[in-house]
Amino acid sequence: MAQREPVSGLPVDREKLKTMYYYMVLSRRLDERMWILNRQGKAPFVISCQGQEGAQAGVVMALDSQVDWIAPYYRDLAVVLAFGMTPREVMLGFLGKADDPSSGGRQMPAHYGHRARRIFTGSSPVATQVTQAAGLAWAFKLRHEAAVAVAFLGEGSTNQGEFHEALNFAAVQRVPLIVVVENNGYAISVPQNHQMAIHNVADRAAGYGIVGVVVQGSDPLAVYEAAHAARERALAGGGPTLIEAKTYRYTAHSSDDDDRSYRSREELLREKADDPVVVFRESLMRLNVWDERQEERLQQEVRAVVDDATEYALNAAMPDPSTLMDHVYEKD
Amino acid sequence: MAVMSYLEAIRETLRQEMRHDERIIIYGEDVGVRGGVFRVTEGLQKEFGEDRVIDSPLAEAAIVGTAIGAAVNGLRPVPEIQFADFIFPAINQIVQEAARIRYRSNGAFGVPLVIRAPFGGGVHGALYHSQSVEAFFAHVPGLKVVIPSTPYDAKGLLAAAIQDEDPVLYFEHKAAYRSIKGEVPDERYLIPIGKADLKRTGKDVSIITYGLMVNYALKAAETLEKEGISVEILDLRSIRPLDVEMILETAKRTGKVLIVHEDNLTGGIGGEVSALIAEHALFHLDAPIMRLAGPDVPAMPYSPPLEHAFMVTSDKITEAARKLAKF
Repeated sequence: MAQREPVSGLPVDREKLKTMYYYMVLSRRLDERMWILNRQGKAPFVISCQGQEGAQAGVVMALDSQVDWIAPYYRDLAVVLAFGMTPREVMLGFLGKADDPSSGGRQMPAHYGHRARRIFTGSSPVATQVTQAAGLAWAFKLRHEAAVAVAFLGEGSTNQGEFHEALNFAAVQRVPLIVVVENNGYAISVPQNHQMAIHNVADRAAGYGIVGVVVQGSDPLAVYEAAHAARERALAGGGPTLIEAKTYRYTAHSSDDDDRSYRSREELLREKADDPVVVFRESLMRLNVWDERQEERLQQEVRAVVDDATEYALNAAMPDPSTLMDHVYEKD
Repeated sequence: MAVMSYLEAIRETLRQEMRHDERIIIYGEDVGVRGGVFRVTEGLQKEFGEDRVIDSPLAEAAIVGTAIGAAVNGLRPVPEIQFADFIFPAINQIVQEAARIRYRSNGAFGVPLVIRAPFGGGVHGALYHSQSVEAFFAHVPGLKVVIPSTPYDAKGLLAAAIQDEDPVLYFEHKAAYRSIKGEVPDERYLIPIGKADLKRTGKDVSIITYGLMVNYALKAAETLEKEGISVEILDLRSIRPLDVEMILETAKRTGKVLIVHEDNLTGGIGGEVSALIAEHALFHLDAPIMRLAGPDVPAMPYSPPLEHAFMVTSDKITEAARKLAKF
């Protein structure tokens, strides 16, 4: 039972802290493996979560994966892993295999979806998931169910009309929605100050009459607290919350992008000093929740999990071309 | 059995289905207290409450986007787009999302959603309250598109659309709302989506059409009958999927096909129907396929002479069919 003891001054117990850290490390290593497979010519495309794991794990730890719905976006590897998708399943999608639970190999990698895990399927046009998540939340409200829907998106996507429409709708109907903006500073190559004339995306909440919160993505506990408060507020009938987590993207937009053309290596190095995985590990060690021995064991364990997922997915069957016409309609 | 207008048939079907299935919700601009700008949903909020008949913010993308989410989470949303002309802000949600969700999730998710929208001209609605938009959606696999021509079909097709597991666009012609009346059984019934209806048999010319135009074509057929021209009329009822079998049957039977729609000529449903006949029934034809459709101008003008010049009328159908019969 010692594992469940609260850590002095923190809102979560030891087990939750370790779980949070586990998913951050797992996501980072799985993501790194995807790049290797891409560079080896085994996968045509990779899009990354690196740098945003703290924000992602922090939010999910505040959710209830048995009742809530999430509508993630393409950087949300830590989100979907922490919400219940397995590394094997992620790798099946990454390699376009038949058993990919997101799409059976139909969508590009990282377009996550998983019915049994309550992860709603996403597309590539950005911000469409925000109105959809508002609809998922709306159904909870109409049925008086104690659950929330959570939409994730980048700061660039908050310029879409649907972001505005969704928050306006959710605010008017007071639906149990949490919208998480993972602000990594860039919409592909365009920095935030060319995307909007405000510093904090969360300021936009005022326009809808809802609560907007800014948290540091490298501080998963702060993110957790914000998400926890948002969930409580939503369940109490207080309507939606807009959470902005300040993060940074460590890789290029995708494997088809070269970020050297629009941001300096100095900037990247500067930002990496605030790496959420490193910062969180150090704070866990300071709190005596974590030590070098545990770290070494975790790294071994994660490597084994990533190796297993890679092997499993590489050996898995590709989709049969005869299934091309399946699932256009229910009767197909 | 009661005689109802087209509009009343839609309203009573919504009422009947909502009484039968509490998952059904109605949502859209002015649909609540006001009962819709055409009064289709009049009285429904009073009966079913504000949780099931909901006035939405004025934002079409959100209307459809939230309906998709609600559908996935167990409800049966029947949102209304106030005019078909205003559906375009929602096209991303309809085409990229609702239509593709089942396919892109490999069958894991479906979107049981019915989008109702009044369409069509001849009501002094000008460019932005007169459009026929069905061809945009008929192009998209994953969507179904139905357009009833009678109160009887309005009921059976709407009930079928609501019970369908896939997204259905249900277009209602504004000029039909009050002008078209007919008998509608009290009990619930379904008209399968994708089944055309042979409204009239004839020997000389087949008119293939849908929606309000079916009524105009029937009138034209009566006129032509007096001239000794026998006209067959096929009401498509569903333009995606098309009833290919019945289209080919009527083409083969008369050998002369006139396709009629109010939507613009180029890229309209007539092109697809025509291609099907050309591919599968060419050697049964006794004349080139003829199309009568709205002209290729961006939309319908307001001033009555211009509006009338745009509209496909019974007289224009009569003239076209007569010409085809004489070929």
